[in-house]
Amino acid sequence: MSKKILMTGNEAIAEGAIQAGCRFYAGYPITPQNELPAYMAKRMPEVEGVFIQAESELGAINMVFGASAAGARAMTSSSSPGMSLKQEGISYIAGAELPAVIVNVMRGGPGLGNIWPAQSDYFQATRSGGHGDYHSIVLAPSCVQEAYELMFLAFDLADKYRTPAIILGDGMLGQMMEPIRLSAEHRTPNTEHRKKWTLTGCKGRSPNIVKSFYMVEGDLEKFNLTLQRKYKTIQQKEERFESLFLDDARIILVAYGSMARIAKSVVNNLRKKGKKVGLVRPITLWPFPQKAFTYNLSPKTYYLVIEMSYGQMLEDVKLTINGKAKVEFLGRAGGGIPTEEDIMNKIKRISV
Amino acid sequence: MAKIIIDREKCKGCLLCVSFCPKGLISVDKDLNRRGVKPVKFSPRPVLRSPQGEGGSFSKGGCLGCAMCAIICPDCCIEVYK
Amino acid sequence: MEKVFSHPKSLRNVSTHYCAGCGHGIAHRLIAEIVDELGIRERVIGVAPVGCAVIAYDYWDFDCSEAAHGRALAVATGIKRVRPQNIVFTYQGDGDLAAIGTNETIHAANRGENVTVIFINNAVYGMTGGQMAPTTLLGQKTTTTPLGREIKLHGYPLKISEMLALLPAVKYIERVSLHSPPEIIKAKEAIKLAFQNQIDNIGFSLVEILSPCPTYWDMPPKKALDWIKEVMMKEFPIGRIK
Repeated sequence: MSKKILMTGNEAIAEGAIQAGCRFYAGYPITPQNELPAYMAKRMPEVEGVFIQAESELGAINMVFGASAAGARAMTSSSSPGMSLKQEGISYIAGAELPAVIVNVMRGGPGLGNIWPAQSDYFQATRSGGHGDYHSIVLAPSCVQEAYELMFLAFDLADKYRTPAIILGDGMLGQMMEPIRLSAEHRTPNTEHRKKWTLTGCKGRSPNIVKSFYMVEGDLEKFNLTLQRKYKTIQQKEERFESLFLDDARIILVAYGSMARIAKSVVNNLRKKGKKVGLVRPITLWPFPQKAFTYNLSPKTYYLVIEMSYGQMLEDVKLTINGKAKVEFLGRAGGGIPTEEDIMNKIKRISV
Repeated sequence: MAKIIIDREKCKGCLLCVSFCPKGLISVDKDLNRRGVKPVKFSPRPVLRSPQGEGGSFSKGGCLGCAMCAIICPDCCIEVYK
Repeated sequence: MEKVFSHPKSLRNVSTHYCAGCGHGIAHRLIAEIVDELGIRERVIGVAPVGCAVIAYDYWDFDCSEAAHGRALAVATGIKRVRPQNIVFTYQGDGDLAAIGTNETIHAANRGENVTVIFINNAVYGMTGGQMAPTTLLGQKTTTTPLGREIKLHGYPLKISEMLALLPAVKYIERVSLHSPPEIIKAKEAIKLAFQNQIDNIGFSLVEILSPCPTYWDMPPKKALDWIKEVMMKEFPIGRIK
């Protein structure tokens, strides 16, 4: 078994990407994800990959568009204000059906906000953050090991469905150091032979065009329906979540990413005291793991959604449960993080 | 003697070729094409009398195969044979 | 009798959507001729802009990508870095290259990306209906400068080619014009050099093409060509800039 090494979340994401066959990175500095491009700057030349510090987030995401069109496993990373800038490119990537991985190490907003951890970009990530009817696959790691491992899944899903995949982390996950075990698994970086649509020069075939533009009447609607079918398949096949004690839980905490670590700790402590609490931790935020919300659906069951935001995933939980159980919410943002004590107090109020 | 062949259906009637033919061999057709414009047509003998374009007055004779018309054509409608 | 001028192979034999007398058709053809002559059709990758030339990829017969408005040089950077063996060029209008995409343009040039840039300057936004471009001339009327471009309100026509020439990583910049057959022949030579530079790994090369827009200049096609020669070239003199 390989030995464990100590890494920040940001570095683990970068190393995970490299192992997953990523050979193109473009990004623009923004806190709290700066360790990620720094790691890439050092690591990419070692694997004959490309690292570019772009002139802007717009530059970076559009370089990723080009690199992906040319057949590379390509990624960029940023934090919340930078992600807003990337939305144009993500929409084009979705529209041109290109695979790409985009990492958002979320910080407080709106506006320049601050550099503390937050989960306030859930809506932006899970609804089409840019213009048009599209979705990105959204993965939410909750520890450094998982951040590393989800990079494989992110690139595989992006390629499989020719769609953008977003890793939605936060400043806490990005900055914390944990010992992780590197995988023996590697993905081959050269995937272009499996991607018949890439731009390689039209030798021996008719020209390939990478585009998202459909001017002939009816064509864009047809294309949108194709996208919708693809999204339906993703929803059917790619839901992922972790759960604890759902069988008999009366109060089920729902949290993702860093927030889920705190929620999990509360659940484990209360279970030791015999309290019937459980946990749902969505790993895919889009597709939202609806299957996780089929347990103990009764008016006596409480789903307590906990977020570092003022209630974004809350909406998906409510839509999924659709009135069949009670839904409560606890959230702080702008640098505030719901503590174990906050959660315990909330549970006390619910159970009374 | 050189000649040109004009794709009259692709012609948009910008008439730039008319202006640049040093011999005055290109003129406007009287019939519309499917696009709904009167395309240009080629005549082996000069059809334009008044000097137009940069070259001043027309020199005598038929098509030189100089390809000025084809080079200025924005729609790639003209083939030149020499 | 031998065919001495015909349709280049790399240009599809279809009608374009361009207005009568528009310069885009000429510029497209020149690029296709050069791609044929240099024998690079099977390794060239074009990046089309947003603007009138948005569907240039429907006219060229080789691999192409779209790019979001102004981002062509970022997309080209991504392609070229991944596939340095390919010949990558962007085709961009003045609004795309010198307004919304100024940042991408300057930084791709400053990084010395080994790509070829074909920059169509027609001093107006065509696709959106004739608004002021960064290169609109002083006094020129557009839908957003109904009284003509004024220094006080709109600043001066932007000479992005001269600006780019200041950058050490930029290897070749020339401004050419499409206003007459001899100038078109010169334009072709310049574009060919810009492609040859990339093949020879010399670095960032840009050709600015003064191109007529009869529709939004509100002139017949021949008069538009005369306007380039008599008016536009005073502001944008043709010749080698770097």
